[in-house]
Amino acid sequence: MLPALAFYALSAVAIAAAFMVIAARNPVHSVMFLITTFFSAAGLFILMGAEFLALLLVMVYVGAVAVLFLFVVMMLDVDFAEMKKGFLQNLPVGAIVAVILLTEMILVGAASLSGEATSVQPAAEGVSNIRALGDVLYTEYAFFFEAVGLILLVAMIGAIVLTLRSRDGVKRQNISDQIARTREDGVELVDVEPNQGIG
Amino acid sequence: MGQFTFLFGEIVLAVSALVLLMVGAFGGSKSTSFIRYASIVALLIFGFAGVFLNAQGSSFDGAFLSDKFSHYVKALIGIAAASALWFSRDYFKRERLDQFEYSILMLFAVLGMGVMVSAGNLLTLYIGIEMQSLALYVMAAFNRDSLRASEAGLKYFVLGALSSGMLLYGTSLIYGFTGTLDFAEIAMHLEQTGNPGAGIIAGLVFLLSGLAFKISAAPFHMWTPDVYEGSPTPVTGFFAGAPKLAALALITRVIMGPFEGMEAAWQQVIIVLAVLSMVIGAVGALTQTNIKRLMAYSSIANMGYALVALAAGGAGGVTGMLIFMSIYLITVIGAFACILQMRTRDGMVEQISDLGGLSHSNMPLASFITMMMFSLAGIPFFMGFFGKWYAFAPAFNSGLAWLVVIALIASVVGAFYYLRIIKTIWFDEQAQSFVKAPVSLSFLSSAAGLLIFPILLLPFVAAPARNVIEAAASSLF
Repeated sequence: MLPALAFYALSAVAIAAAFMVIAARNPVHSVMFLITTFFSAAGLFILMGAEFLALLLVMVYVGAVAVLFLFVVMMLDVDFAEMKKGFLQNLPVGAIVAVILLTEMILVGAASLSGEATSVQPAAEGVSNIRALGDVLYTEYAFFFEAVGLILLVAMIGAIVLTLRSRDGVKRQNISDQIARTREDGVELVDVEPNQGIG
Repeated sequence: MGQFTFLFGEIVLAVSALVLLMVGAFGGSKSTSFIRYASIVALLIFGFAGVFLNAQGSSFDGAFLSDKFSHYVKALIGIAAASALWFSRDYFKRERLDQFEYSILMLFAVLGMGVMVSAGNLLTLYIGIEMQSLALYVMAAFNRDSLRASEAGLKYFVLGALSSGMLLYGTSLIYGFTGTLDFAEIAMHLEQTGNPGAGIIAGLVFLLSGLAFKISAAPFHMWTPDVYEGSPTPVTGFFAGAPKLAALALITRVIMGPFEGMEAAWQQVIIVLAVLSMVIGAVGALTQTNIKRLMAYSSIANMGYALVALAAGGAGGVTGMLIFMSIYLITVIGAFACILQMRTRDGMVEQISDLGGLSHSNMPLASFITMMMFSLAGIPFFMGFFGKWYAFAPAFNSGLAWLVVIALIASVVGAFYYLRIIKTIWFDEQAQSFVKAPVSLSFLSSAAGLLIFPILLLPFVAAPARNVIEAAASSLF
């Protein structure tokens, strides 16, 4: 009962939010609805027992990709009202693509209902899929894992080499100086005589 | 320890890259020189680790192979990369580009090449290629304030991403139809099923196309002239040598390893690539006036010659390819050491006409360039001639005589533009004379010049070195 309820609630939110992504006038709102969609989809994954995918979806898509979208949307001055003008002209093409996509999804759904469920190599009973992945990731695939880590490092070095510019005359925070500052350095007490002014 | 001895060279490279990165990050620009020399040492250790340890076997369930083939190729790559780093020193200092990250990127690129050469698994293959390529893209755009260098880097990156896509698609097809990523298991699967289906053949073609991109074999060569011209010259010199050899070694491993039984399928692909590269390389270079663009077309043509040897298949073909590539690498290092000496008081020049009358102003440089060009043209008794001889012989012996005829015609056409450079040097009017080259460069160009001078290298063709190469080639089978 409860899983079914959760499923319908999550799917309804996902579909509604997905619709709002394209319907919202403000692009920032669109991205927010997109994030809602991702969260609901992550919930659906958990219901299916694929908790690793769910975590990945939240971390990668919500944590990185959607934030990147937000940056792009806010930084680039895109006139969305202008872009939406050709809506009616493009409608037939869009409709064809939508129909093809819908047929494909119905076929996939029908195929998975008719045959028995297949999966590549089901994990042993009682082993969560995070654990199943971790078991091989750091043993059998340790070499690939480390090598991919180095590739990411190369990407990072590359991004820094190509974009970082060290400018002169930038005032930097010197933390040790800041901490070493005492009351005596910072405050000067002046005894001012009354009626004399500070001349 | 055990299986880690197979990766000793790679571990040295990875650890030294990480340590030197920290040294550079905290030491700032003062440490650049130290990092360069330390990187050269690390590259040489990487190159010779395999040869001296001579550990043969595989680690990580066959994902990483260590055999005589990989040892020999890695030694060549180590030397080529160390020389490229060595001849970059003066250029980067004068162009005010001297940043320590260049050495680090070079280390990572070579680490990727090491992984490529030792690949025993489609996953290793892809990871090696990506590590190498990513570092190379950044190196191409290293002079970020130059519009042409940025264009070169971007072009290389976008087209490289396209080739990665093709390669991955081929890999996924092969995985889908054989059910395994491991080279040995793919070979076993093909042996058992006998007749490979269209799926596997399509996968192989995509895989080879992706790899052909990395050696800039035509019709996947479009990026080469622009990238070679736009990149800083020492980077171009590096591109023309080590990465080509690494990708060729990987192609060799793929076609002689998992797909050995499908010779009929890959031979067609290799022959088409070879013919197109030779023709386009030879014809495309005819109208070039920029010497770096000319070297780009020259490298396209030379990859064609190396593929002619591979098309023959078998240990003979691999031996021919290795001999050809060894000599090609020496020549390319020498040629770029010469090109880097083309500096007038106003800065670097890259036009062929700038070489005019060089024989009057700078006799040693003029004679070394002449030797390199004679060697690249394949004039007899320079090493380039023997390189082509050993590359074409196996193809001729295995009944591909028509391919050899095309290769010879392409060589003759190619000889025209190499000889044109020589004519400019010796008979044209004198252009602005070059400033005195630093010792590091003239040392390298002289060393390469002496190496390709036939008498000193005859032992290379004759006994011991050839035995080493033959042992390396036969270790694949």
